[in-house]
Amino acid sequence: MSPVLLEEILINAIAKNLDGLGHVAVGASSPIPGAAALLARSRSNGGMRVSILGSEDNNFFSDGGKEIFDIAGQGRMDAFFLSGAQIDGKANVNLVAVGDYNQPKARFPGSFGSGYLYFVVPRVILFRLEHTPRTLVKEVDFISAPGFSDDNVYRPGGPYKLITDRCLFHVNKQKKCFELESIHPGHGVDEIFEQTGFEFLLPEDEVPETETPDEATLKVIRGEVAREISEIYPSFASRVFGVK
Amino acid sequence: MLARQLTVEELASEITDGSKVALPPDYAYCSLTTVREVIRQHKRGLHLVGVPSLGFQADMLIGAGCVSTVETAAVTLSEYGLAPRFTAAVKSGAITMMDATCPAIHAALQASEKGIPFIPLRGLIGSDILKNRKDWKVGNNPFASDKDDPIVFLPALKPDIALIHAPIGDKYGNVWVGVRREQMLMAHAASKTYVTVEEIVEGNIMDDLQLKAATIPGIYVNAIAEAKNGAWPIGIPGGYDPDHQHLKGYLELAQTEEGFDQYLKEHVYVTKAEAAE
Repeated sequence: MSPVLLEEILINAIAKNLDGLGHVAVGASSPIPGAAALLARSRSNGGMRVSILGSEDNNFFSDGGKEIFDIAGQGRMDAFFLSGAQIDGKANVNLVAVGDYNQPKARFPGSFGSGYLYFVVPRVILFRLEHTPRTLVKEVDFISAPGFSDDNVYRPGGPYKLITDRCLFHVNKQKKCFELESIHPGHGVDEIFEQTGFEFLLPEDEVPETETPDEATLKVIRGEVAREISEIYPSFASRVFGVK
Repeated sequence: MLARQLTVEELASEITDGSKVALPPDYAYCSLTTVREVIRQHKRGLHLVGVPSLGFQADMLIGAGCVSTVETAAVTLSEYGLAPRFTAAVKSGAITMMDATCPAIHAALQASEKGIPFIPLRGLIGSDILKNRKDWKVGNNPFASDKDDPIVFLPALKPDIALIHAPIGDKYGNVWVGVRREQMLMAHAASKTYVTVEEIVEGNIMDDLQLKAATIPGIYVNAIAEAKNGAWPIGIPGGYDPDHQHLKGYLELAQTEEGFDQYLKEHVYVTKAEAAE
């Protein structure tokens, strides 16, 4: 088999956080989370539904744009993915602007559904493929969706993991911060400290390396998952898996 | 009752300056042909409402100076990149932003659909979206009077106009929108709905129960215009694909004001070419 790619390590690591769930939803522009959801579904023995925004094959909604939010509000969505132009150490997500909101230095598309889904979906997996002090910041400039809420605020959902191109963090709910869970092959703790703008916790023992998918898993990723994801993300599937 | 059938020019002329206009996102059915006509007619001060997000329609209208306010969960050109005229207008302060989150737009339109003054929505508390929306309020859940349960109240959102495109309509103004049911919600919520369709078909769409389930009844539709390829260049799901070459070209030109003006000259201020499309 050809060498394992970072994308495959990420797909495998995310899928492990989805196993056993009933409904995983994937938003726009998310090929790696989409592939991870399809991988988890392929080994769920028919126990998992996956809905992918923008897909015709993997989108069972029939009641317009509101339905995905209504379904989440009712607790019928177990996991979702969010990214951010900035993510901070309190798991706040910024999808709007850098600098002053009214006169921004940079303006991004907007918050989309984050200001709602982050509150109601139990496992929100944060995903950012540029792990630098520019993106993982001490404090976001605009809170599209807060990582944590006061005790009186209805909040069945929230952040679960943060995965980047360098490492995987899990969320420490008691201390309301991130804790390093594993480091992807080829990266080190010092580098993670240098490249992260916020403070985070370390595990008590040595930080493990993020697992590399085994051969059987790789076969599924490069076979049926690659084929299915090419329906929505043809250029991703062709670049990573050579799907034509 | 027969619907008013207009030309695209006549239809656009009924979108008056300052109107609050609801538009669907690029992945639904967008009336780009009307958007171009609105630009040609030099409309001003429009308040765009994205249901729940906006794309090329908004970028073009903003670039052409037709827009004063944008109320939306996002303005996105998806894989093509950041919306250039939108971004420039936000940075220069040329437009007022009313940032929202998707379900807030849907819910506020549903309040209008029901004729009720407001609707509660979970989420949002602690966000800067809420902080910047002075028209939204936080109250306590009235059914949890014995405990502290803050919840956001959104005022009903009633657009003056819903502007949509659809694959087919009929002479009674019935408009089939298929699975794009947010366009149904838009029509229910807005004061007036204007529709362009690929084709005005013979007979009554409502006679076919399978079509009826996904059809906006003519009672909501103020006028309908036939416009073949009316969603070009962004395409319609189940119909024709986006014109990728054209859209990439737009993205390149629209990076600067001069380039955008050149785009308008070549593709918008050419009424005859539009008619021949």
